[in-house]
Amino acid sequence: MEFAELIKTPRVDGVVLHRPFMPTVEGTLCLTGHHLILSSRQDNTEELWLLHSNIDSIEKRFVGSLGSIIVKCKDLRVIQLDIPGMEECLNIASSIEALSTLDSLSLMYPFFYRPMFEVIEDGWNSFLPEDAFKDLESMTDEWRLSEVNKDFSVCPSYPPLVAVPKYVDDDTLRKAATFRHGGRFPVLSYYHKKNGMVMMRAGQPLTGTNGRRCKEDEKLINATLRPGKRGYIIDTRTINVAQQAKARGGGFESEANYPQWRRIHKAIERANILQESLIKLVEACNDQSHSMDRWLSKLEASNWQTHVKEILTTACLAAQCIDREGASVLVHGTEGTDSTLQVTSLAQIILDPACRTIRGFQGLVEREWLQAGHPFQQRCAQSAYSNSKPRQEAPSFLLFLDCVWQILRQFPCSFEFSEGFLVLVFEHAYASQFGTFLGNSTAERAKLSLPEKTVSLWSWVNRPQELERLTNPLYEANSLVIWPSVAPQSLLLWEGVFLRWNRSSKCLDEAYEEMVHIIAYNKELQNKVNSLRRQLAQLETEDPLLQTP
Amino acid sequence: MEHIRLPKVENVRLLDRVSPRRSRVGTLYLTATHTIFVENKTGVRNETWVLHSLVCSVEKQAATASGCSLLIHCKNFQVLHFVVPREQECHDVHLSLQRLSQPERHTELYCFSYKPNVDEKERCQEWDFLDLKADYSRMGLPNSLWKLSPVNQHYKVSDTYPADLFVPASATPPVIVGSSKFRSRGRFPTLSYYSKENHAAICRSSQPLSGFSARCLEDEQMLEAILRSNPRSDFMYVVDTRPKFIGIENIHVMRNSQQKMLGVCELRSPSMSDFLEGLESSGWLKHIKAVLDAGIFIAKAVAEEGVSVLVHCSDGWDRTAQVCSVACVLLDPYYRTLRGLMVLIEKDWVSFGHKFSHRCNHLVGDPKEVSPIIDQFLECVWQLMEQFPCAFEFNARFLITIHSHIYSCQYGNFIGNNQQERIELGLRERTHSLWSYLWKNQADYINPLYRPDHSQTQGLLRPSTAPYCFKFWRGLYNRFDQGMHPRQSVEDYLRAIREETQQLEEQLASHKQKIAHLEQEQGWSVTQKAVTFDKSPTAWALGNDLGLANTPQDYTGGFITSSPCQPKAPDGCRILLTQDSNQTSESNLSNGSDQESGIADVSCHSPLSVDSTRDPDSDEAAYSAA
Repeated sequence: MEFAELIKTPRVDGVVLHRPFMPTVEGTLCLTGHHLILSSRQDNTEELWLLHSNIDSIEKRFVGSLGSIIVKCKDLRVIQLDIPGMEECLNIASSIEALSTLDSLSLMYPFFYRPMFEVIEDGWNSFLPEDAFKDLESMTDEWRLSEVNKDFSVCPSYPPLVAVPKYVDDDTLRKAATFRHGGRFPVLSYYHKKNGMVMMRAGQPLTGTNGRRCKEDEKLINATLRPGKRGYIIDTRTINVAQQAKARGGGFESEANYPQWRRIHKAIERANILQESLIKLVEACNDQSHSMDRWLSKLEASNWQTHVKEILTTACLAAQCIDREGASVLVHGTEGTDSTLQVTSLAQIILDPACRTIRGFQGLVEREWLQAGHPFQQRCAQSAYSNSKPRQEAPSFLLFLDCVWQILRQFPCSFEFSEGFLVLVFEHAYASQFGTFLGNSTAERAKLSLPEKTVSLWSWVNRPQELERLTNPLYEANSLVIWPSVAPQSLLLWEGVFLRWNRSSKCLDEAYEEMVHIIAYNKELQNKVNSLRRQLAQLETEDPLLQTP
Repeated sequence: MEHIRLPKVENVRLLDRVSPRRSRVGTLYLTATHTIFVENKTGVRNETWVLHSLVCSVEKQAATASGCSLLIHCKNFQVLHFVVPREQECHDVHLSLQRLSQPERHTELYCFSYKPNVDEKERCQEWDFLDLKADYSRMGLPNSLWKLSPVNQHYKVSDTYPADLFVPASATPPVIVGSSKFRSRGRFPTLSYYSKENHAAICRSSQPLSGFSARCLEDEQMLEAILRSNPRSDFMYVVDTRPKFIGIENIHVMRNSQQKMLGVCELRSPSMSDFLEGLESSGWLKHIKAVLDAGIFIAKAVAEEGVSVLVHCSDGWDRTAQVCSVACVLLDPYYRTLRGLMVLIEKDWVSFGHKFSHRCNHLVGDPKEVSPIIDQFLECVWQLMEQFPCAFEFNARFLITIHSHIYSCQYGNFIGNNQQERIELGLRERTHSLWSYLWKNQADYINPLYRPDHSQTQGLLRPSTAPYCFKFWRGLYNRFDQGMHPRQSVEDYLRAIREETQQLEEQLASHKQKIAHLEQEQGWSVTQKAVTFDKSPTAWALGNDLGLANTPQDYTGGFITSSPCQPKAPDGCRILLTQDSNQTSESNLSNGSDQESGIADVSCHSPLSVDSTRDPDSDEAAYSAA
């Protein structure tokens, strides 16, 4: 297929662009295979370059022969294009609709994008499982890297290499995989160096209604317990939901078969409910009414903050079991690809200072989301403005980022990255020139040859100029476990994402710059004072009269 | 003393509000001014002091096997839950506290017995710190348009107005007196704020008396005079702030709203829905928005249209005070400085007769007169600070400290209902002034992001009043729930950085001087002894302060009960107002700090204000720092 077929009108003059909190721009609208471009052809006016894949939905409006297209983006921005000419407007609208909903992954922009920057380090190779395992090996010899999934046949959503208990062989893993949803047998997610406790994750056990059991599965997870120790299984679903799952062949670990484990049920909602919640929240934020009651009741009804609180609480619980109870933990929900990953990744943010660095956070996203098989392609296909019935869309990853932001707000000096980094990762998960978030699993990414054919987001981020921009000026390495508050009063609406386009951020940006300036000036003075001190010391030694004979 | 039925009770438990399983055991003392709880624990002296005048209500609950609960709610939103072993003791403490917290005469108030170590001359100077006349001259008054009128010198025209009032130059005493007869409590239209740039003014009064049909010639002449005092405008706005017009509710609605909102804050482990639904149904933020909206209208009328405004409500001392002072904060950068906000409160609230004694319930009195009107003003300022982080010279701690002392009765500033009462009470002669105390401790109240030359600092503030711009003020209403607040404070960090920067600047200057000196000497071969330099406190030292530990909350819903290392209850009340404890133990409103060791001081300045000293994680921090 040629893009040209989809572009009936490639160019329209006299188009007016309306954006929130920015002056309107009049110029020429151009459609290319991957971008919507509006250029005023005047100096010092910013051009609009919008990826078609960033467009969530559009609306058309006509007043006489003047048509308007309201473009709603996955990053939650809403812009309006006034297009003279009914036919042009219709053509542009239908082209945008077609180009923003391309089915074939290989037509996506990352396959066409060529980096305009020097790649210092190829992000595709920065966070390989074997490298992560080397770190683990330096702390413990109780684990091994299994190649049982090297052709993705045991678990299609797992990477080819996974860390498992040393004395559990691949046959046991294969059998355990048949007992877990999607073949997701328990694997290592995190090793807590301080006390040797671990966090594992898996899919739900397939006990079904007649209480099937699997000796290999039991053996596998018991192998992670120290003698005489008990562990905790955190099931992210309520006991009712978990019971209901039995009817569909799923279920949970019974006390009888897993006597060394204590099960805790939490209440993280399923994908479709989270998606509905996102839609309602964004709708509330875009409500133009000035009624406080209406805003608070819509915010409440969206349940978004409830999800944030529940996810964060569950992650804190997992971290508490590991760090305070000295127990190992197994986390799962149903598939083990959404709520499970929210919990395991947030628990690491709480427990492991390394995950609070820019690079460590990238590694965390790689390990616990991309390689762990979170289906990004499905989950991020649409965002909050989708008109179509949600299929498998869900803001699982956005909720994770929101929770990280909550912790960042409570510990503003303990993260190497600033809020901007989280916003950047959110944007790229939904629409990007980079291949990082394409596909649903390592297997799919390998099949598409993404590492060979596209550029990694991390290649772009890990360059000095970007790193500098994303660095939190307040950062002071904090080697401690950080326990966030989960009280409703402590959890805020993530303005940087949800109100980003609804209110001017000028004053807050200025405050941030002021803060950066205060810190930079301090550093500059320190350097000056140090250099003068050296100069002074030198002058004194050179002073012949000060030399002791 | 005669009110203290029982001066001391042992084996009292103080429950942690958030996690009641955590509690401290100690001895409860009742003194003439404070309730003091001293924790029994070897090696720590953990004290919680509560001023009787800050006690809002004392509630005794039915006795249970474990003892008898005594719930104390304070006006600064501290809630203390004691369990007293025997019911009779609880009964005695309850009755004593009820009497002690509801003084019947002004002379019983704390400000008359509060005697910090300050000599009489200095005490007198405290009261000269603020001068309202100076503020009017800052506005450019008197001038050809506005004059200082002696008409209310002896509070004869309006007993709730101040003696010094500015009126239009053309307003004659008969006009003023005539107008005052037409206005509730004689509160005739008078000047609150004057804009030197465009001559527009904010005036205030009470409602006209005889409904809308009756007329009063002098009152009309008075308004005409106000209009003529703004030569560039041919009309003016009259803003009636009541629900029928601008939509600010009365004191009773506001009181109930705050009660509901505080009920929400006090819920034990509420769900997100409980909290948001409760916040909505309390209506609190809606009321804050209404006050701010009205303030914005007036500020824009003055600054953008150059039109004068007359503001009134019913009596002109509640909603009128709120709206005029909010407009002033928006209009004039001076009122966004430390001194400026004090002047503003002194002008629009204290001098114009906001009934502090009634509204804050300083003395036992009519509960229907109590209302958090001033709280709403302080919150409006806080909401603006959230939108304009660089525009205010002061920080939220400043607002919270003022709030506390409005209710504490420790200083004479907010005693009585109007100027005349204050003079009769001899407050200037017998008490201390909060303003000079705040000024002396200004380092604690400075916003590190403030710069006088910053663009946000200039001119009119244009805040957004979209509902989502209003936040819940956790820092005030959940002030004592330490676990809810950010564990690291950006503001404290920046303040430390700025202090260090100042030292570096001094070092830089001194090094430069020494180098110049040395070079000169070496040129002239003159001997100079080597100088040693103090090592500057570096950012690492700051960083160690920030490497803080905290403890997990109750995430389990009680699932895990056999924790081998149950986190220690954080000391519930240490963050704020600890500065007081440095002065004298008497001035302690509420803290749980060791006054002798000066721990309170450290916790006040360091972002590390969480109780981390006994936490295993902090030991680790110490190891890694060593």
